[in-house]
Amino acid sequence: MPAAVRTIEEAIAPIIDGCVLLIPRESSGVAMQATRVLIRRGVKQLHLVTCPTSTLQADLLIGGGCVETIETSAVSLGEFGAAPRFAAAVTSAAVRVVDATCPALHAALEAAEHGVPFMPLRGLIGSDVLAHRDDWRLIDNPFAAGDAIVLVPALKADVALFHAPMADRDGNVWIGTNRELATMAHAAERTVVTVEKLSEGNLLDDELLAAGTLAGFYVEAVAVAPRGAWPLGLAGHYPADAAHLAEYASLAATADGFAHYLERHVHAQRAA
Amino acid sequence: MRSAPPEQEFRDEELLADVIVRLIGDARHVAVGNASPIPAAAALTARALGNGRPAVSLLGSARHTFFTDGGRELFDCAGQGRIDVFFLSGGQIDGEANINLVSVGDYRRPQVRFPGSFGSSYLYYVVPRVILFRTEHSRRSLVEKVDFISAPGTSPPGVFRTGGPIALITNRCLFAFDRASRRFSLASVHSGHTVEEVVEHTGFPFDRARHVPTTPPPSPQTLHLMRGEVARELHDVYPRFAASVFGVDRQRSG
Repeated sequence: MPAAVRTIEEAIAPIIDGCVLLIPRESSGVAMQATRVLIRRGVKQLHLVTCPTSTLQADLLIGGGCVETIETSAVSLGEFGAAPRFAAAVTSAAVRVVDATCPALHAALEAAEHGVPFMPLRGLIGSDVLAHRDDWRLIDNPFAAGDAIVLVPALKADVALFHAPMADRDGNVWIGTNRELATMAHAAERTVVTVEKLSEGNLLDDELLAAGTLAGFYVEAVAVAPRGAWPLGLAGHYPADAAHLAEYASLAATADGFAHYLERHVHAQRAA
Repeated sequence: MRSAPPEQEFRDEELLADVIVRLIGDARHVAVGNASPIPAAAALTARALGNGRPAVSLLGSARHTFFTDGGRELFDCAGQGRIDVFFLSGGQIDGEANINLVSVGDYRRPQVRFPGSFGSSYLYYVVPRVILFRTEHSRRSLVEKVDFISAPGTSPPGVFRTGGPIALITNRCLFAFDRASRRFSLASVHSGHTVEEVVEHTGFPFDRARHVPTTPPPSPQTLHLMRGEVARELHDVYPRFAASVFGVDRQRSG
């Protein structure tokens, strides 16, 4: 299916209530503008999967009441401290957490991209992470006696959503060295991408660019969103807005402060 | 924290980084996770002292990593035994070096929720020298038994394990970890702190010699490197830390 260049509102239409939404770690490119549009639209009961961690994006979606379950290896605000809405939602049981560890999420997505039912993973044995995962299995290595190893099942998402520097009109998206974005797209039914800009021509025609490009074959929709990762940064393009993130961390520490933040920075802003 | 130092003085962060530099010793590859400015400063200092060895990978940095295969490469690299040193912390750390990055209280209805286990439930098993780093040294953080095991300090025979903890550094002292006895021992106490104080603020029992040495101060050469090229490199990943500890501002770092 050829990808289409759409508005953000149109592009995120496949992210419906109750769907499994896959999002990347902060440093790989986070579609924050699309996330604000999603919250304004009032999406509910998401099963959010982070590849493999999240920061502001997950905290905002949880605080905004959009998330029923989050499958993650960590949510924090990095240098700006704990993720306050995540922590509040977990301690009040308003959200269900499925705790993982980073390489388990990578492995589960890789199983989905390979089209195999599971992947084996070292570590984990004796941890409470494993103890609380009814969906993971401990087996004996069939190739060597006395070697227990954990299996994690393939993780298929309904929609993967991320932000990248550029795409072309054929939906090819330049992701550079952030290869997990390709894994996410391969593992998801549909992939929605926001980009800083549209590139003229076809990215696959340039061998140097093609090596860092996710083919449009995997991409459902592309929307142009300049500074679309703000207030997070986009590597090589712009840094995170530290003052804004500090303001968020301070406001989101209380429910009232978070409501004020949402009103001011999410609901009061119309899409550009 | 002490303020801007004359040449013979040093800040607490510089002492802790120097302790880590000594623990890193000779290594091929040191990786540092997110939100770890002091370990990152130490790894970059070790690289500067070693004229480019060890290789250093700072997660979350585009510039200070050679990874080109996405988020999986760190874990694949560790799985192959290509990472010698890594750093972990914990909301709680106990006397058997179990670490808890998840929650305090009942897991299903916790009193406190931490961010999550990150890569610890895997890396603790496969990185030969894991250095535990927790600046807050209190009975709240250093407990007798963790409420949730993100990763265990040791594993019984039969569990595949090529790595684990070697030490725990806090703002008061350095502990060494012995995997056979599954216990920490007090290796040195930082200047300005005492053994009695360490005992008072530690929630688990640990071994100690009759005489516990004072943690040696950083050398002038190490301090010079940290405050110069390392501080400028660090600014790329930890601008707030580089500015507050080393006084590096945007103009100096370019």
